[in-house]
Amino acid sequence: MAAAITINGISKRYRIGLRSESYHTLRDTIMAAVKSPFRRLAGLQGDGPAVGAFWALRDISFDVQKGEVIGIIGRNGAGKSTLLKILSRITEPTEGFAKLKGRVASLLEVGTGFHPELSGRENIYLNGAILGMHKAEIDRKFDEIVAFAETEKFLDTSVKYYSSGMYVRLAFAVAAHLEPEILIVDEVLAVGDQEFQKKCMGRIQQVSQGDGRTVLFVSHNIGAIRKLCDRAVYLRDGKMISVGPAEDVVTEYLNSAIGSDEKNLLSRPRFPGIAASISAFSCYPAKDSDHIVSGGSATFEIEATTAESITNASVSVMFNSDQGYRVLAFSSRCERGMIPLPSGKHVFKCHVDSLPLLEGRYMIDIEIFSGDRVADYVEHATVLDVAYGNFFGRPETLFPYEGRVLHRSDWELD
Amino acid sequence: MSFAATSMEAHPSTKQTNTRETIEFDIRPARGWVPIDFKELLHYRELLYFLTWRDVKVRYKQTVLGFAWAILQPVMNVIIQTVIFGKVADFASKLPPELKARQIPYALFTYAGILPWMLFAVGVGAGGTSLLNQQNLLTKVYFPRLFVPASVIGVAMVDTLISLGVFLVMMAWYHVAPVWSIISLPFLLLLTSLAAMGMAFTLSSMTVTYRDVRFLIPFMVSSWQLLSPVGYPIDPRRQWIRWLVRLNPMYGIINAFRSALLGQHWDFPALVVAIAEVTVILVFGLFYFKKTERRFADIA
Repeated sequence: MAAAITINGISKRYRIGLRSESYHTLRDTIMAAVKSPFRRLAGLQGDGPAVGAFWALRDISFDVQKGEVIGIIGRNGAGKSTLLKILSRITEPTEGFAKLKGRVASLLEVGTGFHPELSGRENIYLNGAILGMHKAEIDRKFDEIVAFAETEKFLDTSVKYYSSGMYVRLAFAVAAHLEPEILIVDEVLAVGDQEFQKKCMGRIQQVSQGDGRTVLFVSHNIGAIRKLCDRAVYLRDGKMISVGPAEDVVTEYLNSAIGSDEKNLLSRPRFPGIAASISAFSCYPAKDSDHIVSGGSATFEIEATTAESITNASVSVMFNSDQGYRVLAFSSRCERGMIPLPSGKHVFKCHVDSLPLLEGRYMIDIEIFSGDRVADYVEHATVLDVAYGNFFGRPETLFPYEGRVLHRSDWELD
Repeated sequence: MSFAATSMEAHPSTKQTNTRETIEFDIRPARGWVPIDFKELLHYRELLYFLTWRDVKVRYKQTVLGFAWAILQPVMNVIIQTVIFGKVADFASKLPPELKARQIPYALFTYAGILPWMLFAVGVGAGGTSLLNQQNLLTKVYFPRLFVPASVIGVAMVDTLISLGVFLVMMAWYHVAPVWSIISLPFLLLLTSLAAMGMAFTLSSMTVTYRDVRFLIPFMVSSWQLLSPVGYPIDPRRQWIRWLVRLNPMYGIINAFRSALLGQHWDFPALVVAIAEVTVILVFGLFYFKKTERRFADIA
């Protein structure tokens, strides 16, 4: 088999200074321009001294064989999207090179180029053309696209009147009917209802297995990666940690996420100028237990540092199932309202008497807010293994397919 | 980034033949000037059509008058220019003698100047900010970026053709007979749109890097209009001033439109200067655009 994609030493550097410039006040900007117009000019051109640079990707190399489905996993900020953007030729690498053999279609967002004022029919043509299809090709696939999207009745309605579900279905349907030799997909399965996600997954599987196309696929949905991909690549902080059979890489990813409560969370790449930073997170079971169990007590500790005081802070701890769906959250906002925080280091403790989660593996995201703005966000901060426990006071508990969140209820028979 | 197609045209209709062509992309950091990939432009040509079509289609949605605006805009412009310059400032008495002899109304005189000017000005104004307005496309999908400003000129061209239709109706209304040189009109329209395109390429890519340009564009357009004979004739007596005004490519273009539509004497030196300048503007615009293109997605 020939390599469809060869990636050799790809690196990408972003200059942070450029990004943060837009947050300057007008007065700052004028003062800076008056003081040093030429330095500013050079800075905008990208030739000046790098104000602050960070490597979004560092020395990535791997090959993808023709007809292979390869998954890319990693937390937010690991460089997954940057890699896809480079391979889609949207942005260019700072160093290294890649070779792609075959027609490429990339789907980094569902409905790129959709215009709200145009009808469904018109958007199919517009979006198809933007994705690189010819009119004749769209004509030929039109009925198939419409059938896949299940929007026959609304074809001549402006898409601004569509429900978000319909919108997403139509947008994915167009992209799903491209006929590229290499398909690059970013996170699109995270949208739409379950039924439709299944359909999308099926389509991707069909594209790769039936038609022998190469698929590059980014997802948070560990289940989808396991199911669809032959191999996977694990990225962390812009570096490639491992590449190999999907099952092995996913296991490694999950294991390394478990270890991260000891790791200093501050070492992750982040943009400057955020009001708070989450520096550590840990989970403790009840005193008399070694494990966190279903229905047992649990304590979550979030350590955060604020550079300035925040008048209205709140913290959320969110749980995702191993399928990648968010199933439960605890938020200080709901219990305590907004909390004023002086600058400095703070430890939030969240105590739960009876953890309402079914046994299994959960990935925890943590978020700290300043008002309604996100001050810091750590995705997959840790993996929590919840052991079997006696939540209902009886040995029975839910089956995983029934649900993951447990709650007591009263039953009567008339 | 370079795009090397060992063979082009991945047209689906060739699919059943087993010799499906292999396209190879090389992705690496580009250095210096980037060549224009004409094969790729050709491959994506339908996208240019669709982008233009989208903007034409969307523009007058949710307006009461709808498509009538395409006609009303130039007509209102003509009325204003005619009243201010023709009546109030009395430029009507300063029309070139050959136009007076043919009894050309002042409204037609201004209209013939507004036709190329609107094409150029819309191209520069809307074309200059086009990339900024399409940020989400630039950061999410690959396609030849040249089409973004180019499609804006396409839209302006559609308007110009409608406007030209109104002009011809007005000519008939005033009983002004067309002149033979009207056959040069397609060439003049092409020349004007190439000028607009060259400006749009340069300004749009500058706007992405230096947002300041966005605020300068309106001033540029309005002062350029004052220096061009859009609403009034510019006919300097002194030879050296005449040469100075000929340096403005729009001077040559607007006068050529009046020659083609109304029978004004041709100012060939001015037209030659305009053609030369438009070539320079276009070539510079293309190269500057290609050179800065690769950073659009990072800073847009």
